[in-house]
This record gives sequence, C-alpha cells and structure tokens, in this order.
Amino acid sequence: MRRIGDAPAVKRLLVGAALVLSALFLLLPLVAIFAQAFSQGMAVFWANVSNYFTLHAIGLTLGVALLTIPICLVFGVALAWLVTRFSFPGRRILQTLIDIPFAVSPVVAGLIYLLLYGRNGWIGSWLDGHDIQLMFAWPGILMVTVFVTCPFVARELIPLMQAQGSREEEAAATLGARGWTTFWRITLPNIRWALLYGVILTNARAVGEFGAVSVVSGAIRGQTNTLPLHLEQLYQDYNAVGAFACAALLALIALLTLAAKASLEWRASRREALL
Amino acid sequence: MNQRALRLTGNTRVLPGFGLSMGISVLFISLVLLLPITGLFGQLAGLSLAQYWAIITEGRVVASYMVTIGAAAVAALINAVFGLLLAWVLVRYEFPGKRLLDALMDLPFALPTAVAGITLATLYAGNGWMGKLLEPLGFQVAYTWVGIALAMAFTSIPFVVRTVQPVLEDLPAEVDEAAMSLGATDAIAFRRVIMPHLWPALVTGTGLAFVRSLGEFGAIIFIAGNMPYETEITALMIFVKLQEYDYAGASAIASVVLFVSLALLLAINIWQGRFVRRLHGGKG
Repeated sequence: MRRIGDAPAVKRLLVGAALVLSALFLLLPLVAIFAQAFSQGMAVFWANVSNYFTLHAIGLTLGVALLTIPICLVFGVALAWLVTRFSFPGRRILQTLIDIPFAVSPVVAGLIYLLLYGRNGWIGSWLDGHDIQLMFAWPGILMVTVFVTCPFVARELIPLMQAQGSREEEAAATLGARGWTTFWRITLPNIRWALLYGVILTNARAVGEFGAVSVVSGAIRGQTNTLPLHLEQLYQDYNAVGAFACAALLALIALLTLAAKASLEWRASRREALL
Repeated sequence: MNQRALRLTGNTRVLPGFGLSMGISVLFISLVLLLPITGLFGQLAGLSLAQYWAIITEGRVVASYMVTIGAAAVAALINAVFGLLLAWVLVRYEFPGKRLLDALMDLPFALPTAVAGITLATLYAGNGWMGKLLEPLGFQVAYTWVGIALAMAFTSIPFVVRTVQPVLEDLPAEVDEAAMSLGATDAIAFRRVIMPHLWPALVTGTGLAFVRSLGEFGAIIFIAGNMPYETEITALMIFVKLQEYDYAGASAIASVVLFVSLALLLAINIWQGRFVRRLHGGKG
C-alpha cells in the first residue's frame, strides 16, 4: 500500500533537501573545526595542545567531569527509583523540578551560585570567615557543573524504568532478596545501558559547560581555566589555531559521545529484534 | 518495612528504598537546585521596587530583550520547519547515509557551546567559508542579528527533531493508507491526517527550542558582535553587569530571565500533560 510522500519525486526532493541543509548547517561546522585546528600543520597543532596552560585546562576539565559524574549518578538513580517505583503526593512536582537546569540560562545558573557562595552571599560570607573560598576556585566550577548536568542520568533512566515496570524487583522482594541484592542483581543489569548513556551525556556536558563556569571561575590561566574558557581566551587573543586546537579536542569528545549513542541504540534494536 | 509499620501507615509498598531514595532526591534538589535561587532573592531584597523597575526597563536592557526574543522566535520558526523535515525524512524513508544523518542530529547537544560559537563565527565572518559566499550577495550574517538567530537555531535543532521523531514512528501505517486509498493527494493527506497527530509534539519541541535559545550564551557571543542596543543578548547583559561588579543589576535582569524561562517550562509541561491525558482517555 502506498503511504504519504512515497512518490519517488517527493522522496528525492525531501531527502535531498534534508541532506543538503544538514550538510551546510551541521556537518560543515564540524569539518571546519578540524580544518582550522590543522590549518598550519600537525606540529603547530601539537605545540598548542601540549602548551602548559592547555594541559592544565585539560586536567582541570577532566577532573571536574570525573567528580561530577558520581554525584549525578547517585542522584539520578535515587530519583529514578523514587519516581518510578513508588507513587506518592508530589511525584510530578519532583519530575518538573529536575528540569530546572534545562530551562535556566547557564549565565543565570552561574550567577545564583555566585550570589549565594560568593563573598557577599549569606553562606559565602560565613565561609569566608572560615577561610574557605568556593567561588573563583575549582569547587565553584564543580558546583555549577553539577547544577547544569544533574538532570541527564535521571532523564535517561525514568522512561526506561517506567516502561520496564517493577515486577522483577517485586518478585525478588517476595522471594526474600534484600534491598541492595535486588538492586545489584535485578535493577542494575536492566538499566546498565541507559545508565551508561546518561553518564556519557553528563560527561559531554560537563567538559563543555561554558556560560555557568565563566561566571564562577575567574578564568585565571593555569589555575581556574577550564578547556572551554581557555579556548575563548585564545580566540580573543587572535590565536585562532590554538583556539581551534582546543575546540578539536572537545569536538572529539562530542564525536565519541555520538558514536557511543549510535552503538547503544544499535544494541538495543538488535536485542528487540531477537526477542 | 515490617508488618507493624505497614499496618500503621496503611502502606502497601513492597519494594525497599523509599526513605533512602526520597532522602537523597529531596536533599539534592533542595541544596543544588532550590537553595541557590534564594541567593538571588536575597540580593533582590536590597532593591526598592522603583530601583528594580528602573534596572529592568532601562533602554539598553529592553533592547537586549527585543534582540533575544526576536532572534529566538526566528530560530524556533526555522527549526519547526527544518526539524519537521528532518524527522519526517529519518522516519519515513530509507536512503544511504541515513544512520549517519540520524547521529548528526545530536551534534548540537554534544558539542560544547563555546566550540559551536567560535566555529560559526569563523565560518560566517567575511573571510570564512560561508561568509565569502554570502557577503558578495549582500547577506551579512556574522556580527548581525541574523548570526544570533543562526547560532540559536544550531544549538536548539535537536529539540524539535527528537520530540517529533518518536511520535511519527508510533503513527500506524493504516492512518495514511486510509487517507491515500480514499484518494487524497499527498499535501492534503499530510495536512489533514498527519498534522493533527504531530502538531502537539511539534509545538512542544519548538517551545523547548525557544526556551533554550532565550538562555543560550556560549554559542552566541562570538558571532553576535555584541553592540549595545543592536546585537547584545540579555544573557550577555547579565554577564557585563557582573564584570562591572553591579550584582544588584545582574540579579534584577537575571530574575526576569529566570521567571520567563521557568514560566515557559511550566506551561510546556502542563500543556504536554493535558495532551497526554487526552490521548490516553482521561488517565494521566
């Protein structure tokens, strides 16, 4: 039976338009990043990447991402377990609240942390009295990164755990399994791929966060400069190759994220086909 | 949970971990998401209503709202059309490179915004690959309002594609077969039969794209030119005030942005919830 838009001419037109527009709009920028990064050859690229300040920025960025992931993981799993396994008043409100970081502008996110924990804030002034500085230092970068990335794991898990239902866990519980045994033996194997993808997304966003981090970091070269901030400074200093060398590293992480997503989806569709 | 507790609370929960997961979730949401917002109100409490009003209605700030809202609206409209086309092509047709195209759709979410920002600025500047083609024709994109809309469209296109795609996938083949067998043309069948199923998802996706564009910062500042009154977005206004140590001014403008984006998010959630209930016969 013929479906809407099945005529060869219509199909060719629509597919052609989609391919041309996507190539111009999405693929060309991706190609441009690497073309710019390597425009003066491999040696210049390498010199920019192995520069002390770049290496420090890479280290700080990866460190912050490594600390962000476990925090978001614990929160995401707890929240997903809570809203998919129990029904209680306020369940919908919790689900709306975790979308806040998606709606809030990154600059506003940075600002609210700066106001609270900065020297003039009510927590910040108390901390200052005890010689603890969170803002314009790495703890502040970590805090806003957690704010910005916390919905990802929960958002990946909630639809999946809702669809899977709680029958398997209930069976385990009625057979006398303890809570943690049920979690490690039943729940975790069921959600591991969604969990992994949630972590990959959290990581991608954590290494790339710019707006929120630029408000709270102070961007001191060799101290509180993350890779996206370092890239901005190089770009403003008219060192385009250096900026794009950093951009290429970040784009590489983005490409790995896309590849991971594609392979996880492929795995899921193959499993569905087998069932 | 033991038998006595079950009787006392009238609770029939079989699974463990309610207390623990509730504790972690509420503690985290309170500390990470809600507590910092109190800092904003604390700062605003130091302003009189007249001062607050003067800050948020200052000429340069109002101009930044106009630039941001106008560009975000144009970006959302472009994405509604482009996103619908991409979702349709990805669901309905088989062609070489389809899986690659599908993967490419998530690029704007995966790519850091600052990387997108410097790349678009370089591409569309007068000596860039696209700028060299467009500027002789009289289209200037970089350092104008068009560049802002372009950067917004780039960062928010996945919202539309990924919201419309699943709905289109779930649409049974009988829907359009019925229309076609009754002799409708493609255009009429699409408008009368497909669109009624799709438009709630299309509106939701476009709405999310719009909200995201209103707050976008990293992708825009490099291509925008950042001329006061002309190409200065509201997020940058807040940033500029902060760099001048004008915390009160930054907070006042931020409160406007925060209020508008939260209100839009809530509206989208409620609207989506109502629509889902209607589809599933009155049960949410």
